[in-house]
Amino acid sequence: MKDFAVRFMRNRPAVVGLALLLGVVGVALLAPVVYPGSPFEMVGAPFQPPLGDYLFGTDMLGRNLTAAVAYGARVSLLIGLVATAIATLLGVAIGGLAGYFGGWVDTLLMRVTEIFQTIPFFLFAILLVAVLTPSLHSVVFAISVVSWPPMARLVRGEFIRVRSREFIEACVSMGMSHRRIIFLHILPNTLSAIIVTGSLMVATAILIEAGLSFLGLSDANIMSWGYIIGAGRSALRTAWWVCAIPGMAILVTVMAINLVGEGLNDALNPRLKRL
Amino acid sequence: MNMLFFLARRLVQGGLIVLVILCLNFGLVQLAPGDAADVLAGEAGAATPQYMAQLREKFGLDQPRYVQLGNYLRRAATLDLGYSFRYGQPVSELIFSRLLPTLLLMGTVLLASVGFGILLGASAARHLNRWQDNLVSSLVVLAYATPVFWAGLMLIVVFSIKLGWFPTSGMEQVGAFYTGMRRALDIAHHLVLPAVTLTMFYLALYARLMRASVLEQASMDYVTTARAKGLTERQIARRHVLRNAVQPVVTMAGLQVGALLGGSVVVETVFGWPGLGLLAYESLFARDLNLLLGIFFVSACLVVVINMLVDIAYALIDPRVKLS
Repeated sequence: MKDFAVRFMRNRPAVVGLALLLGVVGVALLAPVVYPGSPFEMVGAPFQPPLGDYLFGTDMLGRNLTAAVAYGARVSLLIGLVATAIATLLGVAIGGLAGYFGGWVDTLLMRVTEIFQTIPFFLFAILLVAVLTPSLHSVVFAISVVSWPPMARLVRGEFIRVRSREFIEACVSMGMSHRRIIFLHILPNTLSAIIVTGSLMVATAILIEAGLSFLGLSDANIMSWGYIIGAGRSALRTAWWVCAIPGMAILVTVMAINLVGEGLNDALNPRLKRL
Repeated sequence: MNMLFFLARRLVQGGLIVLVILCLNFGLVQLAPGDAADVLAGEAGAATPQYMAQLREKFGLDQPRYVQLGNYLRRAATLDLGYSFRYGQPVSELIFSRLLPTLLLMGTVLLASVGFGILLGASAARHLNRWQDNLVSSLVVLAYATPVFWAGLMLIVVFSIKLGWFPTSGMEQVGAFYTGMRRALDIAHHLVLPAVTLTMFYLALYARLMRASVLEQASMDYVTTARAKGLTERQIARRHVLRNAVQPVVTMAGLQVGALLGGSVVVETVFGWPGLGLLAYESLFARDLNLLLGIFFVSACLVVVINMLVDIAYALIDPRVKLS
């Protein structure tokens, strides 16, 4: 564990990413304290440029853009984390079963995974949210449904790798149950790969959420970054900052998560030669 | 004979995927609040009780689910995807009229991103850990984190609004009625910004892949052999390493077609490019779920067909790939 921390801290981009991520998390946690009112509240004249009365200026309805961006951080992180958690559970279950049992179970599950990887995933997410009517739940559901296939493929590969090792043969010959072998012996050995892929999936989930809410597919009562950009689009000529600033927030957050994920990868798999 | 067998197998596989997608579509309609008649007609606006009853009878909603599914599949097989009330046109006609602009955009993006991605990736690998490499790596990190629609909007702010170099939206200048070469140039002028927006992301993806692939190939034994027989580094790179290193990039490009179609929804929306993606956005606004289902179905078919073509082309290019 200590080795891991030392290796992670030696990786400069990863440390920068971690610092940025902690900053975003801090903003998300503090948003209701600093801005107790609703982010939809009107605070002043519309179209105030940044660095005036308000740090990021105001949008076309005179709402404080700083508060909106701070509240948006909560939504993005929440949706990213929950959707990734669900997708990871799904992916680990499907990939694990396929990799452990092999044979027709593997063939069947991998065919299903292939189909989900073939269909245009963003269109599928749009369709799901549109059919289920836009809400926090339907957005999380749609993102989970389209993001599990890479996780399933990865976990399947890892399970096949570990399953062929001698100590698993020993477990089988001792008469251990499948459940015990899977949960006590194989899963712990694949955990580092799952953590790395999962952390990168959070970033993708945030990007998908931003895309959906940009198209207007988000809960109308929740302030999210994509929604602000989508709504500010019509005023691009007069107030470019309404679109620019939330986009920067997405960029910084996603980049921070990616850097941390890469850092985790390097620190958890030190023997892996990085190309 | 081998080739025919391969083709038949791929066709059956592709057909199966299309079938599954149709079942998915059918399932989604069942998931939606209300029954299919509500979804198909109610959402579209004017729906009198008589009309609803007529619809229910037409779609056989009083029959068991499996009969309904059978009917649905039969209609889809003849490309009868229903009628769009908002546009007053059959869904299939509407979709095919929007297919060409999307294919133009996708083709341009695919060519540009694979081409420049290969160049950048190869350059990064040749100058490992020098500034060229670091520049490419930094660009990749940035491109991976940038929301595509936001990049498009920012390009509009800089190049259309501030500098006035490119038009903000559309595919052709409205009311100009250019013909021939003049028209092609006008379309190309409109194509630049949307194509650049999408290309930036995929370029990063392919550059990263190409870099890793070149480094992997460079450590192979055949490179040592080439060096031993006295070839220059340039000859080794051009004749041996690059040709082998390109393969994973081409494979990836084929696999990414589905994602590319999804990405074109937001880019077409941002730039008002009159393709399938913009149609999907408009159908969201019009609450025309049936049209959206049709677009999803046609896009999925498109991906299946393109994947199939890539597979076949791949087998033809590389004789080592077994047609089995």
